[in-house]
Amino acid sequence: MNRVLVIAEHVDGIVNLSTHKSVACALQVPDAQVDVAVLSANGKAAEHAAKLAGIQRVILVRRDEFAEPVAATLAPAIVELAANYSHVFAPSTTFGKDVLPRVAALLDVGQLSDIMAVNGAHSFVRPIYAGNALVHITTNASQKVLATVRVASFQPVAETGNAPIEPVTINVTLPTHTRFAGRSSDSTGRPDLQSAARVVSGGRALGSADNFKLIYQLADQLGAAVGASRAAVDAGYAANDLQVGQTGKIIAPDLYIAVGISGAIQHLTGIKDARTIVAINKDPEAPIFEVADVGLVGDLFTVLPEMQKQLG
Amino acid sequence: MSKILVCVKRVVDYNVRIRVKPDGSGVVTDGVKMGINPFDEIALEEALRLKERGVASEVIAVSIGAAETQQQLRTALAMGADRAILVEQAEAIEPLTAAKVFLKIAEKESPLLIITGKQAIDDDNGQTGQMLAALWNRPQACFASKVEINGNIARVTREVDAGLETLELDLPAVITTDLRLNEPRYVKLPEIMKAKKKPLDILTLASLDITTSRQFNVSKVTPPPVKQKGVMVKDVNELISTLKQKGVL
Ligand SMILES: Cc1cc2nc3c(=O)[nH]c(=O)nc-3n(C[C@H](O)[C@H](O)[C@H](O)COP(=O)(O)OP(=O)(O)OC[C@H]3O[C@@H](n4cnc5c(N)ncnc54)[C@H](O)[C@@H]3O)c2cc1C
Ligand SMILES: Nc1ncnc2c1ncn2[C@@H]1O[C@H](COP(=O)(O)O)[C@@H](O)[C@H]1O
Repeated sequence: MNRVLVIAEHVDGIVNLSTHKSVACALQVPDAQVDVAVLSANGKAAEHAAKLAGIQRVILVRRDEFAEPVAATLAPAIVELAANYSHVFAPSTTFGKDVLPRVAALLDVGQLSDIMAVNGAHSFVRPIYAGNALVHITTNASQKVLATVRVASFQPVAETGNAPIEPVTINVTLPTHTRFAGRSSDSTGRPDLQSAARVVSGGRALGSADNFKLIYQLADQLGAAVGASRAAVDAGYAANDLQVGQTGKIIAPDLYIAVGISGAIQHLTGIKDARTIVAINKDPEAPIFEVADVGLVGDLFTVLPEMQKQLG
Repeated sequence: MSKILVCVKRVVDYNVRIRVKPDGSGVVTDGVKMGINPFDEIALEEALRLKERGVASEVIAVSIGAAETQQQLRTALAMGADRAILVEQAEAIEPLTAAKVFLKIAEKESPLLIITGKQAIDDDNGQTGQMLAALWNRPQACFASKVEINGNIARVTREVDAGLETLELDLPAVITTDLRLNEPRYVKLPEIMKAKKKPLDILTLASLDITTSRQFNVSKVTPPPVKQKGVMVKDVNELISTLKQKGVL
């Protein structure tokens, strides 16, 4: 029997959808019993986590130090929990990417990043070179498997469960050398980029933050989240947390509309799992058309207003 | 005075479209353009700026790689690193092993700061900095977009999924870089000449007492599934009707 521990990502008592997807991945491990660990100061997220379908139980570790997800503070506690498990998974979000390698090193085991398929308890597939190649990796059976889960590759589990919450006391001394000092976000009130069914993304071609409003308008009309290329973020047209791609967010919406984005490999990595990709670009040779399901060659400054009119 | 260690990896240039070998044994790297991992260039630039601001007195570029990696370390020296260390190792190593190598060097050099890239764009692991911080028992701040040093404390703004987050770290610490931390400088010709005279030490894993045990076995490498070719539409009208047909609008 395999025992998989999924480290929950949560904020304000709500478990992030990346956790639901990591659980879905964990449930694909053959003959697995899956637990979810909630490390938290107030313990609130445990109740939400208990609803995740298919899990055995929620392991709740409450410490005041866990008011914010600081990797260096969380890692020693996760190391303690890991003793009872054959596998420890975390979502491949900035949260999981930060903390899991630290846990792995403390356990003196290697880690797999961004697993996208489970072929066996010790057999996984992950992308390299911005997704231009896939490696099939096996680990030896005696080795604990630590892995981050490429969330775009898995469908979230439902919230139909009712798992018991088991409080666990961990007494290890936690380091105080790393302290949380604040968080800021520009993009509130709109659908979340990582879980939205539709995304409208803008690139350098928008030309200014003001013009970028065209992207927001179309997104609002479609109930879509807004994304951006690196060039658009670097130029200050869009907030950094909207970047899609190898070094931004990897997303899998049903509909992705790329406007004035050339389609560099680093951008395409982020949208490979989108069900339908629409490209609007004035250059018929733009690489984005190679991956687009539907392409329209045209000037975005005439195409977008026309779309808004026809959809409105 | 204080040192900054920068980890610089030699990788396939980010513009290269990589191909998988037909026999599935790996990707084609013969004759392919190589360069410094883009995140590591940013790491080096940040170290140089901290030195220029008087926060550090010496910047040391460190790499683990084949003999040819000297090229990338010479570039790092030309950018402004004071000296370089190559741990010569022909075969690729796993991030945990790399972290153990960097730990040995950290123990020897006692730097104030170690800066790595957030990920190497060949294997896209994104682990080495965090592992090194853990083994060194020091703070980590990943995905940095702003670094301020004040005495023995660093304030680091990081790019996280929710936006920007700030951490306060007791130094020494490990920082991993994100793309918007800075724009690396261009190397000028006279600097390239000068760099030839800067020290570049060559070590081996054995001399550091490190063995290259592998924990992961690659059974094969495959290309990603090919997408079905899409359709081109002539105007917005056709675009919207096509999307409606597909059931996505
Ligand atoms: C290590 C590394 C990591 C990276 N990570 C990412 C990442 O995560 N995400 C990412 O996006 N990029 C990333 N990049 C950058 C990437 O290589 C590209 O530079 C970037 O994606 C380009 O953005 P763009 O398509 O908006 O701009 P451009 O490449 O400049 O493309 C603009 C496009 O707009 C079109 N256009 C211009 N005017 C109009 C108009 N009026 N109407 C319609 N179309 C128009 C042009 O034909 C062109 O195709 C990374 C790069 C590196 C080196
Ligand atoms: N062989 C290496 N030589 C130099 N630096 C490395 C090496 N491997 C990893 N690094 C550093 O660690 C960062 C993250 O690498 P990785 O964990 O492999 O994605 C890189 O950006 C480098 O700064």
